[in-house]
Amino acid sequence: MAETHGAQIPSALNRFDNLLWLIKETQDRFGCLPEKQLADISESLGVTKSDVYGVATFYSFLSVQEQGRHVIRICKSLPCFIKKSQHIVNAIEDVTGCSLGKLTANARFSIKLTNCIGECDKAPVMMVDGRVYADLTPGKISQILKEYH
Amino acid sequence: MPQLQIVLRNCRIIDPTNLDTYVKNGGSQGLKKARRMKPENVIEEIKASNLRGRGGAGFPCGLKWELTRNSPGDEKYLICNADEGEVGTFKDRYIIENDPFSLIEGMAIAGYAIGARQGYIYLRAEYHHLVGLILSAIEQMKSAGHLSDIDIFVIEGAGAYICGEESALMESIEGKRGEVRYRPPFPPTRGLWGKPTIINNVETLMNIPPIILNGAGWFKDIGTERSKGTKVFSVSGDVTKPGVYELVLGSTLRELVEALAGARNIKLIQVGGATGRIVPQGMVDTPLSFETILGAGAVTVFDESRNVLEIVYKTLEFLAEESCGKCVPCREGTIALIGIMDKILNGEGRAADILSLEELSRAMMLSSLCGLGQGAPNPVIDTLQHFRADYEQKLVAKERVKA
Repeated sequence: MAETHGAQIPSALNRFDNLLWLIKETQDRFGCLPEKQLADISESLGVTKSDVYGVATFYSFLSVQEQGRHVIRICKSLPCFIKKSQHIVNAIEDVTGCSLGKLTANARFSIKLTNCIGECDKAPVMMVDGRVYADLTPGKISQILKEYH
Repeated sequence: MPQLQIVLRNCRIIDPTNLDTYVKNGGSQGLKKARRMKPENVIEEIKASNLRGRGGAGFPCGLKWELTRNSPGDEKYLICNADEGEVGTFKDRYIIENDPFSLIEGMAIAGYAIGARQGYIYLRAEYHHLVGLILSAIEQMKSAGHLSDIDIFVIEGAGAYICGEESALMESIEGKRGEVRYRPPFPPTRGLWGKPTIINNVETLMNIPPIILNGAGWFKDIGTERSKGTKVFSVSGDVTKPGVYELVLGSTLRELVEALAGARNIKLIQVGGATGRIVPQGMVDTPLSFETILGAGAVTVFDESRNVLEIVYKTLEFLAEESCGKCVPCREGTIALIGIMDKILNGEGRAADILSLEELSRAMMLSSLCGLGQGAPNPVIDTLQHFRADYEQKLVAKERVKA
């Protein structure tokens, strides 16, 4: 999985009882948050499943639904919106043959919209996994996505 | 008032991957000086400088430190808030990309002053690409002996705007949903894991080494009466030169967006992001300061071709999505505002809907738990004040006169 969270574990943060850290680790391993693994976390920490799902569904970079091997996030916030981010979305849909919010047939990509990613001086922008692509034009999309298998 | 590089002093000058270039350019001298001072005197210096928090709220930094130092207990924490999620903000990303060392030096001084042995940088998930650079900077500073009394860790968020709010941020570090806490108690008394904690924005911490090095008197000579020093702005939208600019506090919005960023035919400017203020072209000479408008420094320019109601709608959509959901005024209020805006945008609005927008806005500002719900009505209130005709034109024909 190309997205890795939590590069380093602080000593004060006991990784074995920090719910969010356990959930992030699970997503790093499985690419999403399968029901069985979340149930295991609930059992091992002695917290309810609803508490576990409460955290798992709170954060936009976590997903309880199956995700593609690569996650494309196109910024939809105002600075990108006025620089025609919708044209980028259209180009991605054309290139991948897959619509927004969906998973490509071969599970290669998930396509999502995201809120401001802090690259507004280079709008419109998108992220593929942890990497940012800026100053996008519809013409650049196919070349960028070729790198991802 | 001119541009002045205090926070951005090393940007594009040093090599952010190489500590030697930082030290050659004067880096680490502030920390050395601070360690020769008593922690109380370090705090006094910051208090005397009148440095105010750069994350948007503008709380006096030295006072926050003093409260934390004076709170009973040996276990104290320092958090650097690097979760800038405000729409149109990217200054902290630019700062970290170009000068991670100054940030870490500022944290080491803050930790020394309050007696924290651990510091956390809470970095938004969207800035994952900066983790390697920060960890390398920490490692180099540690090897050079600069971090002998503090351990600094990077904790990544998982995608939540609200985690830039300090109490939600601490909930997130503790592994929970990023929901805001009731206050009091405030973090200097009960913060991370219930211990006294200071949370400072990246830019605030960047100001610490030069203040210690040059003294509070030097800093106090810069800026306006109640806004000392400089501010770093992120300019985006309809400008020819979007980017990061540092100006002396009290400089006008016009200097920033027209002279520096090259804005033309301005219709309005959103200052401070989604929860910020909307400034019409006619008020472009407003000075940027805590006394007037500032926020965290997000400045998005919209030219005459832009639709005011669409800007408000997109802003509300963002806030409704990012509301943590803990308090009713914010969770339900943002959705209700969108409902009314939707009606008006579809040409089905009536005069009473405008009154509802105003009434709901007041209720949210009064009763929401944190800045998100309290600030969410700002774009509505400001555009109703400055662009009321844009709303009225969309109302059902026979209702237009009454509004």
